[in-house]
Amino acid sequence: MLAQLFRFRGGVKPETNKTISVQEPIAQAPLPARLFVPLHQSIGGAPNPLVEVGEKVRKGQLIGGADGWVSAAVHAPTSGRVLAIEPHVAAHPSGLPTLCVVIEPDGRDEWIERRAVDHRSLAPERVRELLRDAGVVGLGGAAFPSHAKLTPARAVAMEHLVINGAECEPFMTCDDMLMRERAEEIVRGIAIFRDLLAAREVLIGIEDNKPEAIAAMQAAVLRLAEDYRVVGVPTRYPAGGAKQLIRVLTGKEVPASKRSTELGVQCFNVATVYTAYRALACGEPVLSRIVTLTGNVERPRNWEVRLGTPMREVVALGAARADSSGFLMGGPMMGFEIPDLDAPVVKATNCIIAASPGLFPPPPPEMPCIRCGACAEVCPHELQPFELYWFSRARNFGKTQEYYIFDCIECGCCSYVCPSHIPLVQYFRFAKSEIWAREREKQAADAAKERFELRNARAEREQAEKAERLARAASARTSEKKVAPERPPAVDGPPAAAASEAAATASDAEAIRKAAIAAAMERARAQRESAQPRNTDGLSTGQQREIAAVEARRAVLPATPAGGPGADSVPPAASQRDE
Amino acid sequence: MITALAIMALGAVVLGAALGYASIRFKVEGDPLVEKIEAILPQTQCGQCGYPGCKPYASAISAGEAEINLCPPGGMDGVRKLADLLGREVKPLEAEEKPKQLAIIDEQTCIGCTLCIQACPVDAIVGAAKQMHTVIEPLCTGCELCVKPCPVECISMQPIAENLDNWKWKYPVFEIKRAA
Repeated sequence: MLAQLFRFRGGVKPETNKTISVQEPIAQAPLPARLFVPLHQSIGGAPNPLVEVGEKVRKGQLIGGADGWVSAAVHAPTSGRVLAIEPHVAAHPSGLPTLCVVIEPDGRDEWIERRAVDHRSLAPERVRELLRDAGVVGLGGAAFPSHAKLTPARAVAMEHLVINGAECEPFMTCDDMLMRERAEEIVRGIAIFRDLLAAREVLIGIEDNKPEAIAAMQAAVLRLAEDYRVVGVPTRYPAGGAKQLIRVLTGKEVPASKRSTELGVQCFNVATVYTAYRALACGEPVLSRIVTLTGNVERPRNWEVRLGTPMREVVALGAARADSSGFLMGGPMMGFEIPDLDAPVVKATNCIIAASPGLFPPPPPEMPCIRCGACAEVCPHELQPFELYWFSRARNFGKTQEYYIFDCIECGCCSYVCPSHIPLVQYFRFAKSEIWAREREKQAADAAKERFELRNARAEREQAEKAERLARAASARTSEKKVAPERPPAVDGPPAAAASEAAATASDAEAIRKAAIAAAMERARAQRESAQPRNTDGLSTGQQREIAAVEARRAVLPATPAGGPGADSVPPAASQRDE
Repeated sequence: MITALAIMALGAVVLGAALGYASIRFKVEGDPLVEKIEAILPQTQCGQCGYPGCKPYASAISAGEAEINLCPPGGMDGVRKLADLLGREVKPLEAEEKPKQLAIIDEQTCIGCTLCIQACPVDAIVGAAKQMHTVIEPLCTGCELCVKPCPVECISMQPIAENLDNWKWKYPVFEIKRAA
């Protein structure tokens, strides 16, 4: 098959280190003692928990419902009991906690009722809903809810559907093994996406350092008699970036301000396609993913790991060597160091690498930038990293945006080639998150200002209305006074009686109101006392017994001398509090 | 001579009419400087500067009546931005800078008096008379104006802890020890 390929600018060719983890087939990771399933595993709204503590759940049961359109559901990866719904350390560079459903597996792995559907018999909206409720997200690492990418643009016909099997990150082989072993399911899954987007042509891009995966995919396409093109793309990092792969396969360059759908292209990872197929054709939501365990371990290999499995248990499967200095989630180019191995495997965990000083030597000291321009030559987005570096370093965030910092995909090529060993991407990440934080603050301030102004307008309006009411009442009174003397008193008795009656009811009303206020104040005091800790709390049993004895003596006392009707009417609890 | 005078007079009338029209047609509502200053202020409406809200403080700064370092919620960052805008000297803050905080109502103790609702400048407290009140957390600006009016002292200010939503990548710090 001859196809013209295009090139993206820049890129680097780091040591791939992929062969060590493809010697053995994908294996099922054993069931851990506890699963910590984070509710927020995708970009977008955080799902709300739908289960209660102590509840029995079955494998595949919905435990977190999607919150809004850009959000994806979360499911129980096995059957068992919900032990808690509590914050647990997240698979995130900060090591901060996130809300997790803690499940104790019962070992039976009982499924819910699985219902397979044929996507062709359903409306496209329904299929997108099913994908959302099955928790299908981009498994390449970004975890963007897939259903939200499956709406074709109205103005532009979908020309190309790009299936991303490039897997350009060094060390990582999870997509490679998935394509080798489960090619047929992937090819069947592509049909779902193709039909939803009404794509004219399907291109499957795989880096040419994975000949087995290319062969397996080609064989599967032939076997299922589809017309997809499996294309081997030159191995060059970051060929697996969505924009880069689209460029290589279709020659289209996605501008910063547009989405690829607007150019008639959409891109999905092979693992995402696979999970979408399982979700619709088998009724199985996303419960596990393939994780490459490699680096400084005795037994590198790919494992199919249930989401929520603590990374410590995954690392133990590969027997990390004693000199491991840390663990990376994701590849060495774009990944981050896992701050705590108790963090669970999530949908974005594609690879765990045990690092050692031999494998990843500590970075040499950062030297001043010499403006050699090497970073600009390798930047796949044609940015000028050295300029971005100056401005990020000086916290001149306005300038970084003028140099398009948000086009940076943090691929790490610039840091990789920098002869001064400057951690450029770290500076860009810092600048980006500062800009986002400021943007959030600005929006909050604007909203606060708007509410403040609305409140002031309301206060003014209310005041004006009140003044108007008072004026009207006053004018009514004066006109009444004018009318009253003209009317001769018909009978002396009734008006006087009425007046005294009115006075009586008025004073009654006053008294009732006073009593109500007094009662409310009393209630408030009681409530406050009961809410605040008293000095009799938290004592030993001996002291408590003593207090009880004193209280008993005191309860007897007032009853004997008073004995009158007044004492009876006061409930003992109230009288005690008065003392 | 007369022609020259006439031409000059005509010119004056035409230009005067154009200027008069422009001053009505392109009239700038409000003071643009006040708006620029207000955009820098954090809009907590807390009154810690001694003015009843951010806009009055902005007007006072613009009129030269107030210093630029009276806004604790804006922090030193805000002072620096104001100094940049107005060409004034950066001065240290009058009060100490506090971390961002949030009002929390102890719902067990709340008696539903509505005093805090009346005090809140941004309508971030919900509740009704004799009903429990609560703070709508994302709307609270942490101005502390609700703390004092509470008759049962059930409102406390708590600093906002770092979480996954507000976490930021840190400035890359180079360890000198490793270089040695």
